Amino acid sequence: MNVQTRPQDSAPLTARSAMAIADCDIHPVLPSIATLYPYMTKQWRDYLATYGTSLRQGHQSGVNPYPKAQPNAARRDSWPPGGGAPGTDLDFIRRQHLDAHNIVLGICNPLTPSGQGLLNPGLSAAMCHANNEWQLHSLVTPEPRLRASIVVPYEHPEAAVAEIRRYAGNPAFAQVLLLGRTADLMGKFAYRPIFRAAVEAGLPVAVHAFGYSGQPITGSGWPSFYIEEMVGHAQAAQAQLISMVMEGLFEELPDLRIIMVEAGFAWLPALAWRLDTAWEKLRDETPHLTMRPSDYIRRHVWLTTQPMEEPEPRAHLRDTMNWIGMDRLLFATDYPHWDFDDPTQSMPLNLTPEERHALFLGNALALYRQG
Amino acid sequence: MAALIKDGIDCDIHPSVPSLAALLPYLDDYWREMVTTRGIDEFNSILYPAASPLTCRADWRPAQGKPASTLELVRAQALDPFGSSIAIANCLYGVQLLFSEDMAAAFARAVNTWMAREWLDREPRLRASIIVPTQNVEMAVDEIEHWAADKRFVQVLLLVMGDHPLGRRQYWPIYAAAERHGLAIGIHAGSNYHNPPTPIGWPSFYTEDYAGQANAFQSQLTSLICEGVFSKFPALKVVLLESGFTWLPAHLWRLTKFWRGLRMEVPWVDRAPAEIVRSNVRLSLRPIDAPPERDDLLRLFDHLQSDELLLFSTDYPHWQFDGMDAMPTGIPDALVRKIMIDNPLATYARLGVTHPATQ
Repeated sequence: MNVQTRPQDSAPLTARSAMAIADCDIHPVLPSIATLYPYMTKQWRDYLATYGTSLRQGHQSGVNPYPKAQPNAARRDSWPPGGGAPGTDLDFIRRQHLDAHNIVLGICNPLTPSGQGLLNPGLSAAMCHANNEWQLHSLVTPEPRLRASIVVPYEHPEAAVAEIRRYAGNPAFAQVLLLGRTADLMGKFAYRPIFRAAVEAGLPVAVHAFGYSGQPITGSGWPSFYIEEMVGHAQAAQAQLISMVMEGLFEELPDLRIIMVEAGFAWLPALAWRLDTAWEKLRDETPHLTMRPSDYIRRHVWLTTQPMEEPEPRAHLRDTMNWIGMDRLLFATDYPHWDFDDPTQSMPLNLTPEERHALFLGNALALYRQG
Repeated sequence: MAALIKDGIDCDIHPSVPSLAALLPYLDDYWREMVTTRGIDEFNSILYPAASPLTCRADWRPAQGKPASTLELVRAQALDPFGSSIAIANCLYGVQLLFSEDMAAAFARAVNTWMAREWLDREPRLRASIIVPTQNVEMAVDEIEHWAADKRFVQVLLLVMGDHPLGRRQYWPIYAAAERHGLAIGIHAGSNYHNPPTPIGWPSFYTEDYAGQANAFQSQLTSLICEGVFSKFPALKVVLLESGFTWLPAHLWRLTKFWRGLRMEVPWVDRAPAEIVRSNVRLSLRPIDAPPERDDLLRLFDHLQSDELLLFSTDYPHWQFDGMDAMPTGIPDALVRKIMIDNPLATYARLGVTHPATQ
């Protein structure tokens, strides 16, 4: 987490971390909505200009219900010197982040206004497609260290499948991206075609925190504060994983790989034990499952590390990482957001060189089948 | 299993309302008439389907009638075999699920009166929680005031999922009343199902709902801490019941991390969340969502970083363990005593007066 406690000098940005790193959660931002226009039909450009982007919540901007901790949820030092919002200037992303931290593989996760989760399914499909073209032409082609995510209109599964098939086999795209709060639980059959298409394309599916389900963000109504929303991504992620396991998503698709992004990871062992405990007593309810829930989780689930958990004493984190499996954790920074994890400072444990390599690079290279 | 010790305090058992008819003597004339005129049916919650294996352990299921619905069953299956000196009865009858606050208030009063007359009057080892109509906070406070003088009621019972997060200020009069009268706030698994029971939507399977209850406890702990309930009511004890506890350390790590980054939003949270939990929050022992290896469970006890958090419970008649294995193996004797006697006594101010350990 990036809490600035003293002014920083303006020393040149140089590689402070000799080790090569894969960053599994980077947020390039559209310079403006007009950036999408070349990739949209006039019908949808006009619709967008007139009616905007309405989500399953009441604020037109999509972010006001829980105002962020910083403007644009961004690091104070991430505003490009040449103007524009954080994440909009590829040169500055290179200098401040990719070069400075020796990022050799960066996974792009475009957020609002990506078009995901919009009420209007046609607009959602059009904007998601435009985002994919923008990533391809403006990010990944000019910067080979970056990979794009296939942004899909997940509430319109048919269009989502078409979008996945359009880019299947294109090495610029590393994964399919969903947001963590969908209109219904992801294990449900309505979403199944999206996961089937991802498996057919040989791509993992990343589930990134945020989005709006249209339901209260806790099982007991709407909380008051942004801090509750942020902490609560872990509960939303757990609900999605429970659903994926119990609905038999992993039973049907043994090659499916899921990455839970920016929702924490330390909660996973207790969730798996709890599911096992309940399932052992209730297994006649879900006869379509052939393994313990924890076995599916171990086989199918990866998690990104940011925001890194920091228990006292630190040794407790090692227990947790061992319970999850060190091969299932992927380092991520969340650049340029305020709760950025600095690769040189955020790992609270002394890992062995092998563990460091796996967590900061090797696991991602294997998962994304790079190199 | 670790040996249970004498005079333990079982903090979560579930005597059940045998049927709505059992409450008729405790309803006023109007509501008694409405039950028959309108054909009002049972208030059983979908969280405990009648025949589900979790709802009642097989060897505790009576040949006839609902599990745990008579004092004789509760004595023979829960109080006597575990040697409990005290057991706290948390009646789970779906009063909280109703939409009419008047109806909820009438039935909450009936359940509490039934509990006092038919259980507490007849069995000195029993204590109980006050059921309150959370549909209307004023009515809930009235219900607390009505029973406050009866020291056999040791706690106010809330469900972990309702209309709004429990930290919300609208609920604070309930906490003020509880603190004033030395009553704990018990938050039990369950929902009024006025919202989907997950942050995303309705699950397809019962197993999902039951497993997901732990997530609701996590959200409520976040809410209680972030809204400042424990800053306003520093003497308040909140007990999470049938919540599981193995999720607690990881949840506190995450909450603490965000508290460090975002405390400007909740400046009244003037202590680290883990410190607040250590002073104000307790959790019942069962269910234990444990790792398969005993050593890993002992590590988890380490992660809790306190021997004062857990309160002994059997969760009778729910199926959380077999035979007498209420206490997991490998727990040191000193901790067993803390969990079974010292921690409950320190949590429930009203128990100390009568417990052998304090005489």
